[in-house]
Amino acid sequence: MNILLDDAPALVVVLPLIIAAIIAFIPSSRLAWFITIVTLVFHLLLSFELFQSFSSFGTIIYEFGNWPPPWGISFKLDGVNIGLQLLFSAFVLVTSIYSRKIFLSEIDPEDSGKAYSLWLLAIGSLNGIILTNDIFNLFVFLEISALSSISLISLGAGTNRKALLAAFNYLVIGAIGATFYVIGVGFAYAMTGTLNMNDLIIQLSQYSEGQLAIFAGMSFMLIGLMVKSAVFPLHLWLPPAYSYAPSAVSTLFAALATKAILIFFVRILYEVFSIYNGYLEIFLDYILLPLSLIAIFVGTIIAIYQNDIKKLLAYSSIAQIGYITLAFSINDNSGVLAGFVHIFNHALIKGGLFMAVGYLAISLNDRVTLESIEGYGQKYPITSYALLICGLSLIGLPLTNGFISKLYIFQALYSNEMFLTIGLVALSSALAVIYFWKIVEKLFFSSKGYEAKTEDPAIYIPIWIIAISIIYFGIFSSSIIEFSSIASESLILGGSN
Amino acid sequence: MTNEDLLILGLLTPLFAAFGSYCFKNNINVRDSFGVIGGIITFLISLKIFNGLQAEEQYSINLFTLFDGVDFLFNITPLGSIFSLVASSLWILASIYTVGYMRGAGEKNQTRFVIFYSIAIHAALAIAWSGNLLMLFIFYEILTFSTFPLVGHKQDAESQAAGRVYLSILVGTSLVLFLPAIFWVWLETGSLNFTPGGILEGKFPTEYLMFLVAMLVFGIGKAAIMPIHRWLPAAMVAPTPVSALLHAVAVVKAGVFSFLMVVVYIIGPDYLLQSKASNWLVWLSSFTILTASIIAISKDDLKARLAYSTISQLSYIILGAALATTFALKGASFHIITHAAGKITLFFCAGAIYVTAHVKKISELGGLGFKTPMIFFAYILGALSIIGVPPLIGSWSKLFLVIGSLEADFLFVAVLLGISSLLNIYYLLQPVFIAFNKKNIKNINITKAPLTVWPPVITGVGCLFLFFFSNYFLNIINGVVA
Repeated sequence: MNILLDDAPALVVVLPLIIAAIIAFIPSSRLAWFITIVTLVFHLLLSFELFQSFSSFGTIIYEFGNWPPPWGISFKLDGVNIGLQLLFSAFVLVTSIYSRKIFLSEIDPEDSGKAYSLWLLAIGSLNGIILTNDIFNLFVFLEISALSSISLISLGAGTNRKALLAAFNYLVIGAIGATFYVIGVGFAYAMTGTLNMNDLIIQLSQYSEGQLAIFAGMSFMLIGLMVKSAVFPLHLWLPPAYSYAPSAVSTLFAALATKAILIFFVRILYEVFSIYNGYLEIFLDYILLPLSLIAIFVGTIIAIYQNDIKKLLAYSSIAQIGYITLAFSINDNSGVLAGFVHIFNHALIKGGLFMAVGYLAISLNDRVTLESIEGYGQKYPITSYALLICGLSLIGLPLTNGFISKLYIFQALYSNEMFLTIGLVALSSALAVIYFWKIVEKLFFSSKGYEAKTEDPAIYIPIWIIAISIIYFGIFSSSIIEFSSIASESLILGGSN
Repeated sequence: MTNEDLLILGLLTPLFAAFGSYCFKNNINVRDSFGVIGGIITFLISLKIFNGLQAEEQYSINLFTLFDGVDFLFNITPLGSIFSLVASSLWILASIYTVGYMRGAGEKNQTRFVIFYSIAIHAALAIAWSGNLLMLFIFYEILTFSTFPLVGHKQDAESQAAGRVYLSILVGTSLVLFLPAIFWVWLETGSLNFTPGGILEGKFPTEYLMFLVAMLVFGIGKAAIMPIHRWLPAAMVAPTPVSALLHAVAVVKAGVFSFLMVVVYIIGPDYLLQSKASNWLVWLSSFTILTASIIAISKDDLKARLAYSTISQLSYIILGAALATTFALKGASFHIITHAAGKITLFFCAGAIYVTAHVKKISELGGLGFKTPMIFFAYILGALSIIGVPPLIGSWSKLFLVIGSLEADFLFVAVLLGISSLLNIYYLLQPVFIAFNKKNIKNINITKAPLTVWPPVITGVGCLFLFFFSNYFLNIINGVVA
């Protein structure tokens, strides 16, 4: 057992990857699902163990094969990612429990066993993105996650052929993003001769003035990551990918995929770039801040005009990623803290929404549009009320976690005297009420009278776990605030460590 | 029993009543008695708190912290004790009346109705006793959501459309204007607690106070100031007990009460008066008073007429808050009590007329006064009180508002209040004249429903009786203003 614990940082990534390879040969989809669940329960236990050892001993650096960095690959668990690691682990377990019935009805039953192979591959690689401390290793994980994601998205072709186009889109745009990133890595390696993050920071500090090659390399890396995390205007792959993928896949991506990459994005910004304050400020104030504001408005306004609900949620995600990057663009502790708070909260909110809409999708056996769900509040009340809670959190009603996010974003903006931005954010939240209200109106205020149907507990229990945690973290927000403040402090104040 | 226990018990009693009604849904007499018993208990608790506050007792409980500087806090202010006293005392009568009305009119889904009714009362009490602006907001929303099934109770196309308007306007305005206003106050002051004298002075940029006032008065849609008033007439499709208790008392009073709380305990009347940030609101509320009265005259449906009368009367309270002088605030606080007593009487009568004679329109009331004299006796008392005729309780609040407007150098407001009273006389007493006109007696079958007749008689006589005991309320109202 002790050996297991020592290698826990590696196991949380490697275990899903190995099991993924085994599952590919299992013919029974039920058994494949069962093995997935067992793996992920174990994964959660490991994450919990890691969390506890972080709380008692601080930052954990794991060196693969005992090769010390900068030569070997290393993983790092510090304040920045430990909270997300735990959330990730818990959330993928809930989503996987939920996924069974969705996969059975949305994709070819013969493929549904193999889908779990891809599913675990995606989980392992996303977890690698969260943990890695090596810029080239990140590229490898980005590619694994892209390949598994593309295959998972294309599985949506069972219900709608457009999924293939969406997958292809993502393949092309994602490849461009990855190329940008790896070009940046090349520059950095050429200048410093290292790929390890900690070492990179030390090497770069020699060039205290900064050099054009370094700036160019860093810019390539940032843009590559912005493509991958769908920061406006590099977001075009996201809406079709989220809306045509099988619903369980949309849930996993919307809640976690972009978030994992955003974590690495802020690491690069605040750990590596903090050496070049001038460049950092230009990037934040003149690129990231305006782009975030535009993303918020464009995402929200397009969402208002959507008829297809999964697309509506996807565009809302663009806006919400805008809120996160807006908070990250405030170069101080309060801003980064607000960003992390929203990463946690939005993962729950959007995950819950996609799960609920996914259930409506399989019971409709068609696209979920505003017309088709008319009166479904009466037909499927249990799911609809969970959807209502998640939606109320999305627009930031008190006692939900979305309110806490808004609060911290407003506070960060206010303490930096960005009053105009406060006004714009308030305006955009008001607009968000519109698109959410359109869903509520159709769900609950319809003249169509339906009898309530029995709902499947295997699906609504996971949804309600999310809905209840949304309310729980809305009332007792201190744990999320604590995670986030550890994260922001270790980024802003802790520097390289 | 400590003060904290008393407060918690008061808040939980309506929820227990709701739960009890659910458990005994098959035994309708037991089910319906929970409302009456719950009403009596909450009334006694409210009364004890009302008296306790005058004896300088503290009623506050802090359950946990929500975020920096904002706790899950209940803290009873003098103004809050007035509102809770009004809501709980009228809940007793309304519960009795509900039994008579719902059975008399043969409404369906009565259990659901009583349950949400009790939850709505819980929300109203929690609004009254909340210790900070965020708590008030939370229960404000709960009140909206718990009354929505009551508005759409009949579940036909008309009531669903009405429910949609109701929820969209109230939730929309609160999310788009009220909540951001709360954020704004918190960002500037770091607190949201209701504090005598307000928390904004010296911390809030005075030149922007006008915008904050606007966000609040429009954001608190339940106050029904024009142009945010459409939900109130729409909500009149609900069964009459809802219109009576909720849309004459709990919901609308929660709206104006929230605004008064903001003026008295967040902005601070002195600060508001100095800044002149609410002068525009004096004009707008005057406009609402006059326009709503004129629309009321044009309505033939008795409940619709009363709804527009309510809009007009609510603006009296907004007007008092906007004037922000001592007498105006006294008048506004007092008007919460007087208008509640008067208007619930009128709504009770409207419902009683519907149950006994199945008449909704004023033009069809001909001769009904001779057949149901008790109902019209109660109606006249309620109407005279709202018009402001002494010796009925409504005359006090109008007097204070007139003095308050003169104090603030708004002579035109005093004139306007006079004109409004004349309009009141016309549109409130016209139904009485029709009902007691011997020429148009029609043959209408009367079904007896005593449970719907006695509650309005009690509240009507109360309007008369309380006139002589106004000092009892004035003591604590002086505490609000001081």
